[in-house]
Amino acid sequence: MKRMIIPVLSLTTAIFLLGITGCKPKNAGSAAAGDAASRVYVAPGKYDEVYNFVSGGFSGQVTVYGLPSGRLLRTIPVFSNDPQTGWGYSENTIPMLNTSHGFIPWDDQHHLEISQTNGETDGRWLFANANNTPRIARIDLTTFRTAEIIEIPNSAGNHSSPFITENTEYVVAGTRFSVPMDNDNGDVPIDTYKKNFKGTVSFISVDPNDGKMDIAFQILLPGVNFDLSHAGKGPSHGWFFFSCYNSEQAHTLLEVNASKRDKDFIMAVNWKKAEEYLKQGRGQKQKVKYAHNVYSDETHQATSTIKDEVVVLDATQFPDLVYAMPCPKSPHGCDVDPTGEYIVGSGKLAALIPVFSYTKMMKAIENKDFDGDYDGIPVLKYESVLHGEVEKPGLGPLHTEFDAHGNAYTSMFLSSEVVKWSIKDLKVLDRAPTYYSTGHLMVVGGDSKKPYGKYLVAYNKITKDRYLPTGPELNQTAQLFDITGDKMKLLLDFPTAGEPHYAQAIPADKVAPKSLKIYDLMKNKNPFVTMGEKEARVERKGNRVDIYMTMIRSHFNPDNIEGIRVGDEVYFHVTNLEQDWDLPHGFAIKGANNAELLVMPGETQTLKWVPEVSTVYPFYCTDFCSALHQEMQGYIRVSPKGSNVPLTWSLDKKSDATVEPDAAQ
Amino acid sequence: MKTERLSGLQRILVAISALMLIIVLVVPLWKILLYAPQYPEGLTLKMYPHKLGGDVEIVNGLNHYIGMKTLHTEDFIEFTVLPYLIGLFALFTLVVFLVNKRKWLNVLFYSFLAFGVIAMADFYRWEYDYGHDLDPSAPIQVPGMSYTPPLIGYKELLNFQAYSWPDAGGLLFFGAGILLLIAVVLTRLEKRKLSV
Repeated sequence: MKRMIIPVLSLTTAIFLLGITGCKPKNAGSAAAGDAASRVYVAPGKYDEVYNFVSGGFSGQVTVYGLPSGRLLRTIPVFSNDPQTGWGYSENTIPMLNTSHGFIPWDDQHHLEISQTNGETDGRWLFANANNTPRIARIDLTTFRTAEIIEIPNSAGNHSSPFITENTEYVVAGTRFSVPMDNDNGDVPIDTYKKNFKGTVSFISVDPNDGKMDIAFQILLPGVNFDLSHAGKGPSHGWFFFSCYNSEQAHTLLEVNASKRDKDFIMAVNWKKAEEYLKQGRGQKQKVKYAHNVYSDETHQATSTIKDEVVVLDATQFPDLVYAMPCPKSPHGCDVDPTGEYIVGSGKLAALIPVFSYTKMMKAIENKDFDGDYDGIPVLKYESVLHGEVEKPGLGPLHTEFDAHGNAYTSMFLSSEVVKWSIKDLKVLDRAPTYYSTGHLMVVGGDSKKPYGKYLVAYNKITKDRYLPTGPELNQTAQLFDITGDKMKLLLDFPTAGEPHYAQAIPADKVAPKSLKIYDLMKNKNPFVTMGEKEARVERKGNRVDIYMTMIRSHFNPDNIEGIRVGDEVYFHVTNLEQDWDLPHGFAIKGANNAELLVMPGETQTLKWVPEVSTVYPFYCTDFCSALHQEMQGYIRVSPKGSNVPLTWSLDKKSDATVEPDAAQ
Repeated sequence: MKTERLSGLQRILVAISALMLIIVLVVPLWKILLYAPQYPEGLTLKMYPHKLGGDVEIVNGLNHYIGMKTLHTEDFIEFTVLPYLIGLFALFTLVVFLVNKRKWLNVLFYSFLAFGVIAMADFYRWEYDYGHDLDPSAPIQVPGMSYTPPLIGYKELLNFQAYSWPDAGGLLFFGAGILLLIAVVLTRLEKRKLSV
C-alpha cells in the first residue's frame, strides 16, 4: 500500500493543478484582432477619421476623442467649473452655471446628441444633459464651447435627455424622479407618492438658425421613473418614445419594490398632436422658476435670465396624445432603428429584447386595441404592437445602436458583451466579450437615419485589470470594435474621463472645416475690452477698481500697477490682442481664490480679485506662449486701507530712482 | 517709310502687354512665404502695387523679438507711387499700340526695362533696411545676424525658412517685358533681313 501512496498522491495533485489552470478562462489579451494595431494607428500629424464626443458622467464635462486612435482631443467644460480655463470662475462664465437654486458648479452629465438635419448628423451643435439639477446644454461645434444652458422645471433627475427629433425641432427632457410639481405644495409625506408625485416630459424647441433653446411645452404624466428616449424618424417622425420603470410607483427600496411587475412601459408621445393642442390654446400656463443662460461669442459674456412660466399639457385630458406600450421588465434603453419602423426596448432584467413595430402601433391605436389604461393613459396590447422578441440575447440588455445594414448592437451589462442581431428576423449573429460590464455603446451615427457604421465603441463600467493599476481609483474604459465584417473585431482599449454614459460620433469632415481659429478682435463687443495697448488703463469707482489690461507676446499692459488698497474689489479685464491661431495667454495672480484665466486670441475675460494683505503681488502668463513667456509678468502693489498712494499704471516706465549698475560704481 | 510702322504681330504683342499691365494693378506683385516649426501652415506677405497684404499683423507681432520695424503700408512711398507708374506704363503701351511707330516701341521697351531694374533695386533696398535696421534693445540678438529676406529664392532666417517669389502681378509684369522684348527683336530681325 505504501508504495501506492506516492503515485496516487502525485496523480491527484496533477489532476487538481490541471483542474485549476484548465478552468481559468482564456486570456483577454488574445481577443484583439490580428491587424488591430494598423487599424487604429493614426500616424503623427495625420488626423482621425471620426470625432467621438463622450459624456463625462459625474465629471460634468464632455470629452472629445479621435477615432480610431482613441486619442483625447479636448475636454469641454459644460456643467462643472474648470479652473484651467476659468469656466465658472471668470465673471464672464459664472452666469452659465446659474440655476433657480443659485450657482451650481457641478453636475452629472449622462447623454449627448449631435444636431440632425433630415435625420442625419449635421455637426452644428452638441446637446448635453445634466441629470442632477435638470438642465440641457448646447455646445457650439465651431468653438467647442458651451453656448447655452437651460434649466428644466417640474423635473428631478433629467435622465431621458437630450434626445432630439430628426430636424432638431426639439430636444427632450424626461424626469427620472417623479416629484410634486414645482407650483404645488411640495411639503407632502413621501408615502403619498401615488397621489402627489407626477412625471413630466419636456419639449425644448431649438431655433434652426442660431440654436437658441426655449421650453415649448411639458406633458404631465403619471408618477413613474422616465429612463431613456429616442425620437421617431422617417415614417414615425412626429412621435417620441420614452422608456419608463417603476410603474409600481414605489417610493422606497426600489430595487425590490420597482421590480415587481412583469412589464413596465414605453410611452409613445405624439408631439405633432401636442403642437395642435397648443395652437388651440389648450395648454395650461404654470408658474415655475428656471434659469436660461446664454454665452455670446461677441461680448464674450454670459447672461442668465430667470424665467417664470411654462405651458403644460395634462396627458390624461388628451386621450390621443400619449400611449403606453407594455415592455418587459424595467426597460432602460429605448432605441429607434434607422428606418424609423422598429423601436427596441431593453428590459434590463428581461431575458429577451422586445422589438416594437411602428406600423403595428398605429394599427393598434386605430383599432383601439387597448388593454385598459394606466392612470388615464391608454395601454396598447403587447402582442398587437410587438414585431418580435430577440430570444436569449444575453444577460442585462441595456442599450441598442444600429448600422446601415439592418443590424442592431446591444450592450449586455451582466454577461459583459456586445451582441449583434438582425432586426428583420431577430436572430443573434455575433457576440463579442467586453472588459467589463458595458453600459452604453455607440456606433458612429448609430441613432441617426444614416449610420456611418464602421466603428462601435463600448463604454465599460468596470476597468479592473485592463491597465496599469493606479490605486483604488481607476479611470473607466472604452473599447473600440470594427463592425465592417460579419464578426465584430476588438481593436483598442482606451481610458476615459469621468464616467462615460452615452456618446456620439460624427465623421471629421462634417465638423473640422468649420472649426474656428481665433475670435476677431475687431468684432469684440465686450464692455470691458481694451482695443489696443493705447487704451490700457486703470479706473477706480469707490472701492471697485477696473483694470483694462492687454496681453500680447510677451507682455501685459500695464504690468506695473500701484494705488490698490486692501478692501478693494479688483476686476482684471484682460484682452488677448493676438490674432493668430493657438496663441492663448493665461492670467494668474498670487492669492486669487478662484482660478486663472485662459484668454483666446481676440477675447476679453474678467477675473475678480480681492486682496486681503498689503504687499506687492506678482501676476504672470500661465500658457507658454512664446520664447519670452517667462518674461511675461507684472506686479501690483496693494497698500493698506485708507492709504494715499496714487493710482498709477505703466509699462516700461523708467523710474528716476533706478540706479544703473555701472553708474553705481 | 513703311518700315517705321509696327508689323501686325508686333501690334498684337504690344496690345497683350498693355492688357497684362492693367491686370498687374489689382493683383499682388510679389510674395514672401515664411515657414517655421510653429507655423507649419506658413505665413504669407503679399506686395500689391498699392498695399501690403497677407499675414502682416502676425509677422509684425513676431518682428519685435528681433527688433525689426513693424511693416505698415503707409510707411512706404512706393505704395502710393507704384500704381501710378504701372498705370502710366499701361497707358504708354496702349499709346504705342495706337501710334504704331517702331521708335515709340523702342522708347517704351527701354524705359520699361529701366523701371523694372529700379523697382527691383528699390525692393532690395528696403528689404536690406528692414533686415539690418534693428532695435538695439531687442530681446533676441544674434551676433552678426541680419534678417534681409531673399530678393528672389530661399533663405533661412533663424527658425524661419523664407521664400521670396513673384506673385501673379510680378509674373505678368515680367511677361509684359518679355513680350515687348520680342517685339523689339522682331524689328531688328526685319531690319537685318532688309539690309541683306
